Amino acid sequence: MIEFCMPSLGADMEAGTLREWLVKPGDTVKRGDIIAVVETQKGLIDIEVFDEGTIDQLVVKEEEKVPVGTLMALIASTKEAVVKPEQPEVKTAEKIIPVSLTTTVKASPLARRVAAEKGVDLADIKGTGEGGAITKEDVEKAAAAQKEPVKEEQPTMAAEGIRMAVAAAMSKSNREIPHYYLETKVDMTLPLAWLSEANKKRTVKQRLLPVVLLVKAVAKALADVPDLNAYWDNGLQRKDVINIGFAISLRTGGVMIPAIHLADKKTLDELMASLNDMIPRARAMKLRSSELSDSTITITSLGEGNVETVYGVIYPPQVALVGFGSIIEQPWAEQGMLGVRPILTVTLAADHRATDGATGSRFLVAFNEHLQKPDML
Amino acid sequence: MTEQAIKQTVFQLLKKIAPDTAPETLQPDDDIRHTLEIDSFDALQFVVALNENYGIEIPEEDYGKIITLRSLINYIKEKLV
Repeated sequence: MIEFCMPSLGADMEAGTLREWLVKPGDTVKRGDIIAVVETQKGLIDIEVFDEGTIDQLVVKEEEKVPVGTLMALIASTKEAVVKPEQPEVKTAEKIIPVSLTTTVKASPLARRVAAEKGVDLADIKGTGEGGAITKEDVEKAAAAQKEPVKEEQPTMAAEGIRMAVAAAMSKSNREIPHYYLETKVDMTLPLAWLSEANKKRTVKQRLLPVVLLVKAVAKALADVPDLNAYWDNGLQRKDVINIGFAISLRTGGVMIPAIHLADKKTLDELMASLNDMIPRARAMKLRSSELSDSTITITSLGEGNVETVYGVIYPPQVALVGFGSIIEQPWAEQGMLGVRPILTVTLAADHRATDGATGSRFLVAFNEHLQKPDML
Repeated sequence: MTEQAIKQTVFQLLKKIAPDTAPETLQPDDDIRHTLEIDSFDALQFVVALNENYGIEIPEEDYGKIITLRSLINYIKEKLV
């Protein structure tokens, strides 16, 4: 039997609330099917399944908040015999312990009783009692707030959730990862000229943005320097696939970092199509679980304003982040001649536990080499 | 097509691309992208929307001619003649 558990959608996620099952026992599922909708700090996320089989049992109930890793459903794999209805698997049922987060919450017995009576989730309440314990008054306030219409506040709450998610991930990163930074300047004359010509042959809808060249050059450079396409988990763990997390800023504050899967295998047009698909969904907070959990490196581009250099914070457990500033006209000396060129400042933030400066340097050299051959990207 | 009608359409298209902005607050000489904090991705979607709505194809070398609300409206007017 395959165990389908609450996935971790990033280092910052501790729990999720199951909002809806999109399948029922007896339904067949295949890899990539969306079987549930889970609410996290990053909004409502479509949860995909990565196995094939038949839904045997839905363990977690809708509206239940459970920690990451909790068994949510049992799936009979296609290889196994079809579940025999006359032999219910009692043993399996005993194994299932969806842990309620409320058991870890500090609250007075009276507060717990009132919360149960009023249907308030203690996990959602910030305690004002001694040592942060939840008091009866806290519960009553929360119960009163629940009754008030919350529709108007939803965007603010979502923005706050994102803010807290970013805060948790970045704090963990800063606490645990010894960053080192490398920076280089790249002459964008040739890539931009190539792009301009390429776009002339395209319809408005098919046009490419410069960032697509940068994403592909990063993907190709990672294939050359695979130690940066990795996780740090008690040692360097290289990843077999290159999934580039692309930081998308939300106007309400915070960032979403969906993964562009297999970026090294995609053409420039396919990469542009991926961005066209992902960016509006990220801004509407409608991403899929695999997009939030599969990134093997992150790119952050602040090329829209006047920022010249980005010193990024690595998204754990990844070991590197590539930052792009604006493309700005700057004096550029080459072969004894001084000219004005469009210049991009590229930075690499990398985990010094995982790699050293020489590795990072090789990556930046490889990145520039690929970028200067845009027709090969 | 009157300037007012073009302006209304431009506001509608901008609102559709960046729902949490207020295009109607734009002044004629405001830099549209800068004022509404529209990034290059949304800017491209806006050019696509103008193309679909008016049937005009704005080449990349003309992007400099559609920076402000006034210049954009004039550009569209000229293209529609």
